Amino acid sequence: MNAEPVHTTGSLRNRLAFTLIGGAAVLTLLFYFVIRNYATQIAQKGQDSILQASVTSVLDAAAIRNGVVEIDIPYAAFSMLGTPTDDRVFYAIYQDGALLSGYDALQPALLETDTDTVFQTRTFMETSVRQVTASRPLVGVESRTRITASIAQTQDSLAGTLSRISRNAALFGAGFFALAVLLSVWATSTTISPLKRLADSVGRRGPQDLSAVAKPVPTEMVPLVSSLNSLMARLEKSLKQSEDFIAEAAHRVRTPIATVRSHAEMTLQRVDKEDNRQALRSMIRAIDETSRAAGQLLDHAMITFRASQHEFQDVDLLQTTEETVLRLTPIADMKDVQLNLKGDHAVTVSGDPILIQSVVRNLIDNALKYAPGESIIDIEVCDNPVPLIEVRDQGPGFPLDEMDTLTDRFTRGRNASDTIGSGLGLTIARDVADAHGGKLVISNNATGGACVTLSF
Amino acid sequence: MRYVIFLIFLYLQVSLQSAQAIEWEDEQTFTGTQGTDTLRVISSTDTSVFAPVINHFLSTNPRVKIEYRVASSAVIYREFQRSPGDYDLIISSAMDLQFKLVNDGYAKQVPELEHPDWAQWRQSLFGFTLEPASIVVNKEAFATLPKPESRQQMIEVLRSNPDTFHGRIGTYDVRESGLGYLFATQDARASETYWRLMEIMGSLDTRLYCCSGDMISDLAAGKIVISYNVLGSYARTRKDIADKIEVIVPNDFPNTMMRTALISREARQPSVAIQFLRYLTSSQWSEGGAGQVALPPLRLTTADTPITAISLEPGLMIFLDRLKRRAFIQEWENAIIQ
Repeated sequence: MNAEPVHTTGSLRNRLAFTLIGGAAVLTLLFYFVIRNYATQIAQKGQDSILQASVTSVLDAAAIRNGVVEIDIPYAAFSMLGTPTDDRVFYAIYQDGALLSGYDALQPALLETDTDTVFQTRTFMETSVRQVTASRPLVGVESRTRITASIAQTQDSLAGTLSRISRNAALFGAGFFALAVLLSVWATSTTISPLKRLADSVGRRGPQDLSAVAKPVPTEMVPLVSSLNSLMARLEKSLKQSEDFIAEAAHRVRTPIATVRSHAEMTLQRVDKEDNRQALRSMIRAIDETSRAAGQLLDHAMITFRASQHEFQDVDLLQTTEETVLRLTPIADMKDVQLNLKGDHAVTVSGDPILIQSVVRNLIDNALKYAPGESIIDIEVCDNPVPLIEVRDQGPGFPLDEMDTLTDRFTRGRNASDTIGSGLGLTIARDVADAHGGKLVISNNATGGACVTLSF
Repeated sequence: MRYVIFLIFLYLQVSLQSAQAIEWEDEQTFTGTQGTDTLRVISSTDTSVFAPVINHFLSTNPRVKIEYRVASSAVIYREFQRSPGDYDLIISSAMDLQFKLVNDGYAKQVPELEHPDWAQWRQSLFGFTLEPASIVVNKEAFATLPKPESRQQMIEVLRSNPDTFHGRIGTYDVRESGLGYLFATQDARASETYWRLMEIMGSLDTRLYCCSGDMISDLAAGKIVISYNVLGSYARTRKDIADKIEVIVPNDFPNTMMRTALISREARQPSVAIQFLRYLTSSQWSEGGAGQVALPPLRLTTADTPITAISLEPGLMIFLDRLKRRAFIQEWENAIIQ
């Protein structure tokens, strides 16, 4: 059964997973930059507070002696700036804008108020430094002056700390992201699984099962499932109507056909002219074919109906076969065909007795139809390894290239065109096998002739 | 530039001597047997002291040729700043000036050289000796006097024998000697005893020396009988006077200096310079030189900072500050020149 290809517009699972993973990636990046930024601020604050202490101690050491500004910078003012990475230190001290001491290239920042302390990151001597600038007024006997001091320190230690923090933040971020990906995959498959379960349960159904989906489904899927259910209900109804119609039609034509056949036979007795007898025989053949087809259509309709009823009971396959063989022996005798039944003990299967009877009859009937005169049809019933019935004839066998399509409805083998048949025989057998969870295997004997095996 | 003007002011005498061409105290070229790679070294260490080290290095590195020039640490500092491209390796006992050269970006970083943290700064400045500032006395003059084991004892011995010591005490002129200034400032940091000692020394008309060589010669000759804050290593190199003098490391707070080396950022032979620096810092020379080398090597086996060693930290630059230096020199002059 080949379904029409379905047009797709991407996968829900992928869409969901990508959305979740994309979201996680954005959050991870955000997390990384926030942590890094925060850590930068804290680390910078650490350096700033030491610089502030240093500049304060320098300014505190300033004094006016004999009208001259003297600054006895304490040793600690610079010692405290020692770092594990040996950062370089620069300084400049100005009195009212004129350099008193230190590096003249180190320009102090502009201070807006007297108590202002300004921190800035700038480039000095081709390297990035953090600079603090503060000032202090000095009041002498007859003068008033302002001392401004700037102290700058390279940022190697800070950079080391930052790269360490960045590395840790990146590691945490990567871990967080990996976890989020796992969670996304899990969440996606959990969300998608009811859909997959529904698809599986609908896909696993037998060809005749058009019942409504009974299993509970998530609310989002209710519209889909109820549409599916109503579609199937309508389909079942229309299918049933057509089956009914066929059955009714077959039933209705059977009796008239039988009447026509008996009339034709009677006429055949009376007619002497060879041409007319020939015509009548052809007629009878056609009538037989029609009758058979009607019978099989009825059988098929019945199987379709009964298979959905599932009223199974224990059936002895051997006994059913024996009865059928007995019933068909007269027809076989007419063709000089011997029905050879093998089977020494009862083989019990669970199934619908009428269906099993019908399938056995169809299988033997089929074999009879293709068997040449004065041949033997071997019928074997056994339960090793599973209950099965095998029918072998000595006819032409199945055409190898048509094996796959032969069990389709109304398909007949290429070499069967001169034999009466509707093409329904194997279809019926397969339907019955399906209804019983069994299997129909068709093949050819090594010595020629068809072999049909129905296992339960 | 004001900074340069300030430096010229600081080292006025020296600058006047050599405004353009440097007059080196000594200039020698040591050539290995196949010496082709020239290494230009400027150093404050006398050639006589350092020659065994260089010769030992050349015996295992015959391809190297070393041009060794000697000047005072202040001259080295100024000259190297003037033309950093002219020199490969700078060796000086003035830790503060060396430190400032590194801080100001004149040195090349040598990250591949492993050295204890306390003996290096920024992987640029490497200490390779550990030399305490000592009191050196003339044995003969102290035959009957107690030898001072500490600054306190020195004060006492000076105070109780003013006639013996008047005009016969020597120390560095901190205005001229970079090492003298370093020792003086570190002394002053450590204790007030320093100023009391300077007062006493000033009152006894102390003679000031620019360089250790003259001071030790005068000491051996008996012109002075005691000198303060001299490097014992210098005294010990002079075999001729070894029996005349005695080196005493004060036991109260000995200041220990590290002789440091740095490679110029513009060195022409950085790989040879690193090779030589590696040799210096490994202290191989102290074993190889077998008694010839008077420099006490850094004890690499001790992981901890020797307590007395002057540490390589930004604080070293404090006393190089113009105002700070002016104030210190002022105070020092007030004490010692009376």
